[in-house]
Amino acid sequence: MAQKSFREAINEALHEEMARDDTVFVIGEDIAGGTGGDGEEDAWGGVMGVTKGLLGRFGSNRVIDTPISEMSYIGAAVGAAATGMRPVAELMFCDFAGCCFDQLMNQAAKLRYMLGGQAKVPLVVRMQCGGGFNAAAQHSQTLHALFTHIPGLKVVMPSNPRDAKGLLVEAIRDDDPVMFMEHKFMYDDKGDVPDEPYTIPLGIADYTRDGEDVTICALGRMVNLSNQAADELAKEGIACTVVDLRCTSPLDEESVLESLEETGRLVIVDEGYPRCGFAADVAALAARSGFGYLKAPVQTVTPPHTTIPFAPILEELYIPDVDRIKQAVKATLA
Amino acid sequence: MGANSASLSKEQVLDAFRRMRTIREFEDRVHIKNQSGEIPGFIHLSAGQEASAVGICMCLAEDEHITSTHRGHGHSLAKGCDVVAMMDEIYAKRSGLCGGKGGSMHMADLSKGMIGANGIVGGGVPLAAGAALKSHVLGLDKASVAFFGDGAYNEGATLETMNLAKVLNLPMVFAMENNGYGEATPADYAIGGDVLERARGFGLETYAVDGHDFFAVYDVASRAIQDARERKGPVLLHISLYRYYGHFEGDAASYRPEGEAATVREEKDCLMLFRCDAVTGGLVSDAELDQVEAEVTALLDAAVEHAVAAESPGAEDLLTDVYASY
Repeated sequence: MAQKSFREAINEALHEEMARDDTVFVIGEDIAGGTGGDGEEDAWGGVMGVTKGLLGRFGSNRVIDTPISEMSYIGAAVGAAATGMRPVAELMFCDFAGCCFDQLMNQAAKLRYMLGGQAKVPLVVRMQCGGGFNAAAQHSQTLHALFTHIPGLKVVMPSNPRDAKGLLVEAIRDDDPVMFMEHKFMYDDKGDVPDEPYTIPLGIADYTRDGEDVTICALGRMVNLSNQAADELAKEGIACTVVDLRCTSPLDEESVLESLEETGRLVIVDEGYPRCGFAADVAALAARSGFGYLKAPVQTVTPPHTTIPFAPILEELYIPDVDRIKQAVKATLA
Repeated sequence: MGANSASLSKEQVLDAFRRMRTIREFEDRVHIKNQSGEIPGFIHLSAGQEASAVGICMCLAEDEHITSTHRGHGHSLAKGCDVVAMMDEIYAKRSGLCGGKGGSMHMADLSKGMIGANGIVGGGVPLAAGAALKSHVLGLDKASVAFFGDGAYNEGATLETMNLAKVLNLPMVFAMENNGYGEATPADYAIGGDVLERARGFGLETYAVDGHDFFAVYDVASRAIQDARERKGPVLLHISLYRYYGHFEGDAASYRPEGEAATVREEKDCLMLFRCDAVTGGLVSDAELDQVEAEVTALLDAAVEHAVAAESPGAEDLLTDVYASY
C-alpha cells in the first residue's frame, strides 16, 4: 500500500473513473488553467492542483475550463447529469455555492422528486471547505449543514486520503447529486491508499479510535483533531471512541447510537456554524433516540456563531482545536 | 411562407395544427376547471403562445432536449408529452406525468426530451446547456432548446449561460418568448437595452420572429437548430407573442390596457392565422382542420374525465423518489 496525499488520492479517483466511464467528465474554473491562452497548458490543474494531468490524458472535451460563472456551469452539469452524463463539477470554494445555490437547491436536489422518479442526477460537486489559511470570511466556510438541510442532496466530507479516493469513486458512481467537501488544509496530508481498486459506501461511519468512556463524533479535518485529542486523553486514562461519520447525508445514525450505548457520553466536533448546524443535528439524534444511554449532557465543539475572521490570532480562536475537544470530553465526565 | 416550412408535408401540417389546437384546448380546460376549484396549486397558462412551442419543437428529434418555464404546458405538449398523463398531473393524481409530485410547474417527460417546466425564472436555461454539454462531451449532433420568457432574459443564469454557450460553442438555441409582461411588469420597462443587441454582445446569432405565425417560427427555428447541431454557434430567437390569460390563474391582468388581449385574439390569434395560411396555401382544407379540432375536443374530454376519476397518491408515495438510493 502506497502513501499518497489527499490531493493525489482525489486525482487518482478522477483518473480511474474517467478512464472507466466515457460519461464522466470534469468541469469548472481553472481545472486545467491556461485554456485558450499562449502560456502553459494545464497551468494550474485546479486552484489546488487536484485536477492536474487530466487534460493531457482526456482532452479539453472532457476537462472543461469554464468562465467564472457558477450558475451556468453548475446548472449545465445538473442538466448533463439529468440527460445521462456523470459530471464532476468543481466549485473551487464551497462559499461560492452562494453564486449557484438555485442550481443545487432547486434543480439538482429536486429534479428526481418533482419528476416523480423519472430523473436521476448523478452529479458530483467537489468543493473546498474549512479555515486555517487566513482566507477570511468568504473562502473559509464549512457549509455541509446548508447542503444537508436539502432533501435530495448527499453530502460527503472525507478525513484522510484513503477515504477521499474511495468515497469519491463511490460518489461518481452514485445516481444522486453528491456535494463532496474537501478540507483545504488537508490536501498535503499523507496516508495509506490501497493499490487495488476500491470504493467506500456513502453513509457508513468509520471508528478511528476505540474507547469505552466517551464517544467523539466528527467529520473531515475535525476527525484528525479528535484523534489527536483521544490519543492525548488516553495518556490521562480517558478512553475515547472517535466516530468519523464521513457523510452527513446519508448519516450513519446507527453507528453513533451504538457507540453512545457503550459510552453514555457524547462530544460532537464540527467546523460548521453552530446554529441549526451539524453538531446540533447529532445532539438532537442523541436526545431523540439515545436519551436513555446518556450519562451526561451532550457537549458540542464548534466555532462561535460568528463570521470567520481574517486575523490569524482571531481565526485560531475561531476554529475548534485539540484543547477544546479535550475540555469537552472532560466536561462529559465531570 | 419560407423555404423550410414550404417543405412540410400535409401530415406535418396537420400534426402541427393538432399540437397547437391541443395546447389551446388543454389550457382553456385547465382555466375553466381551475375556476371551478377542481385543480390545486399555481397555474400559468400559455394560450396564445402555441405557434412558438410547436414551431420549434417540430424541428427537434425526440432525443433532443428542451427546458421550459413555469408556463410550460404548451412546450410539454409540443414536445410530445402525453395529454392524459399531463391532465392527471394537473389534477394531482398518481397516474400523472410526474406521479402527482410536480404539478403544473414541473411537467416533464425525459423519454420525450422534455427536461421540465421550471418554477424558477431562468432556472431551466443552464439545464438546457447541460443537454448540449452532453453533445459536446460525447460528440453527438444533437441540439437543445431553452425556452424562457422576457422575464428570464434579465436573470443572471440566462446571461451566464449565453456566455458559456458561446465560449464552449454548445449546440443550443435560446428561445426567448416575449409575451410583453414579466409577471405584471412590461418587458419594455424591465429589459434595459435592445433585446437582440444584448445577445449579439455575447456573440450569439440572433433572429426576431413573429410568434403568432407558426410558419415563420418554423422557418427560423429549423435553421437555428440545424446551425446549432452543426456547431455553427448558439442562437437566440426573439419570439414576439402574447399570453391570453393573466400571469397566473386568478390574475385579472389589470396592468394590461383594457381590450389588449381581445385585440390580439381577434387580429393575430396563431390558430386563426395558421388556418388561414394553410388553407389559402392549399396545404389542407377547412374540413380537415375541423376534423382535427373535433378529435382534439374529444381527446380533452377524455383526458379531463380520466383525471377526475384517477386515483390520488397516498401516504406511501410521500417518501419515494427523494433519492435514487439512500
